[in-house]
Amino acid sequence: MNIIPAEYGLVLASVLFMLGLISLLIRRNIVFMLISVEIMLNAAGLAFIVAGSRWGQADGQVMFLFILTMAAAEVSVGLALILQIYHQLKTLNSDEASKMKG
Amino acid sequence: MLIIFYIASAVAIISTLLVITQHNLVHALLYLVVSFLAVAMVFYVLGAPFIAALEVIIYAGAIVVLMIFVIMMLNLRQESVEQEKKWLNAQIVVGPTILTIVLAGELLYMLSTETPISLTGEVIGAKAVGISLYGPYVIGVELSGILLMAGIVGAYHLGRQKKKVTHRFLEKQEE
Repeated sequence: MNIIPAEYGLVLASVLFMLGLISLLIRRNIVFMLISVEIMLNAAGLAFIVAGSRWGQADGQVMFLFILTMAAAEVSVGLALILQIYHQLKTLNSDEASKMKG
Repeated sequence: MLIIFYIASAVAIISTLLVITQHNLVHALLYLVVSFLAVAMVFYVLGAPFIAALEVIIYAGAIVVLMIFVIMMLNLRQESVEQEKKWLNAQIVVGPTILTIVLAGELLYMLSTETPISLTGEVIGAKAVGISLYGPYVIGVELSGILLMAGIVGAYHLGRQKKKVTHRFLEKQEE
């Protein structure tokens, strides 16, 4: 009863990553793009946990902790950037932020 | 165990699908919380109870609450939902979706051709993770501390707003 095939965990991780990638590609709202990056990071962490469970080692969970730290730092800086963009451009459309285009 | 894993994965996939199809930001974030809770359940079943707790506390707690606060500060109105509906039309969605599904199909095919391995769901508790974290990975912990410090300083610097000083005769922008 305790047997879970390892492929199913990896399939779940890849499906979640794929959903995050689709959302990142189709959205134009910057906040939604940040949410998609969070989904993708979470899926990558899930793959690490599955691998750690496969070998019975704690290393996968340690890697998940590092991913968690990185996601927290990334989301705080990203949200500060979103606030700046909204104050300067009065919109959340990522296509508007094209001043640096040559 | 297997049936719990299946149910939690189904909840995770369905709620993530609902996240990426929502037009309202707050609704999308609420579905995101459900998705994170389902993934925490999967972690628990896979034998990582410590990580399951951290997923609930940090992802579903801290990160999503931070996003909700920022959305409150942005003060979006009903027009933003209408605009989101306009931006998310079918002809934008189809192309990236097909390409991504092709890539995911290749990945799933390669996963299915491997020899099957079973996970025992053996519990690796907080003690083993802590010993590993402060033993061989201690340099990673220190680097994470530096990264978080850089994140705090960066968020403070970027989030600071310029103070506007209005004088009787002259209006100047003060740094």
